[in-house]
Amino acid sequence: MTAMPDDRPLMRRLFEPRSLDTLAPVPKIATYGLLFAWSLIVLFPLYWVLVTSLKIQIEVDAGPYYIPFVDFTPSLDAWNFMLFQNNTLWPYVNSVIVALTSTLLALLIGALAAYALVRIRFQVKLAAILSFIVLLAAVIVAVAAFAVPWQAAVAVAIALFLLTLSTIGRRFKAALGNNDIEFWMISNRIMPPIVAVLPIYVMFQHLKLLDTQIALISTYTAVNLPIVVWLTRDFFAGIPLDLEESAEIDGASKFRVFFTIALPLVRSGLAATFMLVLILAWNEYLLALFLSNANAQTMPVLVSAQNTTRGPQWWYMSVLIVIMIVPVIVIAGFLQKHIARGLLVGAVKG
Amino acid sequence: MVANVTVPNETDRQERVAQWVDRHSGSIMVLPAVLILLAFAIFPLIVSAYLSLSRFALFAGSFKLTFIGLYNYSRLFVGAQQYHFLGTFKPFGPLELTLFAVGIVVLLAWLARYAMRGFALFGFIGRLIAAGLAAGLWYVVLGTVVAGGFQGTLLNTLLYVFVGVFVQFLLGLGLALLCAQPIRARSWFRVIFFIPMMVTPVGVAYIFRMLADMQKGPFAPLSHIFGVSQWSWATEAWSARLMVLVGDTWQWTPFMFIVLLAAIENQPRDQLEAAHLDGANRFQILRDITWPAIAPVAATVVLIRLIEAFKIIDMPNVLTAGGPGLATESLTLHSFIAWRTQDLGGSAAIGYLLLFVSTITCVSFFNFVVRATRRYQ
Repeated sequence: MTAMPDDRPLMRRLFEPRSLDTLAPVPKIATYGLLFAWSLIVLFPLYWVLVTSLKIQIEVDAGPYYIPFVDFTPSLDAWNFMLFQNNTLWPYVNSVIVALTSTLLALLIGALAAYALVRIRFQVKLAAILSFIVLLAAVIVAVAAFAVPWQAAVAVAIALFLLTLSTIGRRFKAALGNNDIEFWMISNRIMPPIVAVLPIYVMFQHLKLLDTQIALISTYTAVNLPIVVWLTRDFFAGIPLDLEESAEIDGASKFRVFFTIALPLVRSGLAATFMLVLILAWNEYLLALFLSNANAQTMPVLVSAQNTTRGPQWWYMSVLIVIMIVPVIVIAGFLQKHIARGLLVGAVKG
Repeated sequence: MVANVTVPNETDRQERVAQWVDRHSGSIMVLPAVLILLAFAIFPLIVSAYLSLSRFALFAGSFKLTFIGLYNYSRLFVGAQQYHFLGTFKPFGPLELTLFAVGIVVLLAWLARYAMRGFALFGFIGRLIAAGLAAGLWYVVLGTVVAGGFQGTLLNTLLYVFVGVFVQFLLGLGLALLCAQPIRARSWFRVIFFIPMMVTPVGVAYIFRMLADMQKGPFAPLSHIFGVSQWSWATEAWSARLMVLVGDTWQWTPFMFIVLLAAIENQPRDQLEAAHLDGANRFQILRDITWPAIAPVAATVVLIRLIEAFKIIDMPNVLTAGGPGLATESLTLHSFIAWRTQDLGGSAAIGYLLLFVSTITCVSFFNFVVRATRRYQ
């Protein structure tokens, strides 16, 4: 009734004490019982890692000990070893740099593309795309099978591409619109990374970038770009047009409108996307396994490498797992509502 | 995209550049994304396609690619690698023949129903492809699992994808419905339930290896009471697969939960109340009001999980290294192992087959399920 925006959580608004809002005692007990049971299922594994990280080898091997100070004496040996003696910090720094940089890049590039796809009409000639792909394939075959120097192949291909565009390209009217481009971008997520990772490996090998942070950052950016486009598109589509139009009438360029008007308006959506992509980049395993070795090693690879010939050293591994998940849990704990809302917007319009 | 407006000459150079940028701003905004996807998706896809059609041989300091046609693929379907990819087939008995016939009849009925109701060429072709894939997979399931043969990595992956996503969806929906009730500490449960999604999958796999240890894990005393101290889940195919599914479910149920909960909370309050006043019970409200309202969201989160589930590697690799034998190996892990043994062509072929299966499955799911649930929005 009132015009005031209601800031209370939606659930509380929905379930003001009314007839629908009371549970009979039996369902109430059942509900709490199930919720607690699932909380236990969620929390116990995490508790077990934390406790294991406080044990020394003998306490892990001699059988299960459950509670520190009660049935075993906790020690910080594993923590001390992992943090100060073993070279663990460098992969951690790598992980932070790679995850943060790639997430920010993906967010910037993806949001720009999503905004343009929402606000500007595109007509990309189908003939241009087809000839581009055919020429790209021809270049690859020429380089791989006939040992043509790649610079020459690329130069010839570009010349041929411009030639085809200016001659037969203009005759074919069939064109792809915004929805097609959008679908193409999002559909890239369906591709399993294993299909693409071999050529990417070879590409970075040629560029002498294998086992560097740049390789990981650029690959992660590409892999997470579709998610960013998919999620942010709907946030931009929700902005009222008049705001942007009035700014444009005042002479602001499209870029200016994007950075000063559109971006600030969707910041909560961007926060959700940022978190989601950050989690994905932080936990990524397969690409890091291929593209990093010693210098650019990230935490998931380090964790998985703890399975030594003498079997996994649970106490050390637990330390690694704990230091890996604590920062994400802290950040995401604050932002989980935004993540839910962001995913919901994407899921409804998707 | 191409504009033919001439630039007025009176503006100075800097302004002309600014105007040019503004006129082409759309293309400039999309270009970085397109270039990145070209470099990291289209280009590798073409290279992979070529790799999968060739034999890779290493020389001192160099390598050589020999074009061998579809040999890498035929090897996986009917050659030396068949047991690895498809599994080994046992001859069909009466049971398998009956089940296969039933499957074919169901698929034909589905196609016929579409053809009767309203025929569109592209829709029919799409359904034909989906039905063909389903029939092929059904044949593989019957020949390997039902007939008592050996299950290959293709079916392992599909098991993780379909069983895993189905269980995660049911659990997530159940938890969301529980959490949407008028109870205290709702936001606490919500935060707690969300946590597993943020734990790295490699970590999850190790945690579950620790928990499932029958000698020194936390449940060891319990299993000793039941007298199973010598048994290990990692030595038997189905218990190992179950472990992978348990880890995956623990990790990804939160994703389903959080989106479905948001969807349930978003439905209009007055509808619920009206139904309540009319005397509908909770189950009727769930079936007739809540479920139709959240169905599009549910279909979409399932689609997202389907897409991601096809890529599973961390969990089986760390939990069991694909063992015992090949029992838990997923296609991505299979491809990774082929790459490690320098069989780049075979690795690329496996990757491509995974791409086909996952693309057809996901696109079919989008067209037949997600679109259908959105029709009534």
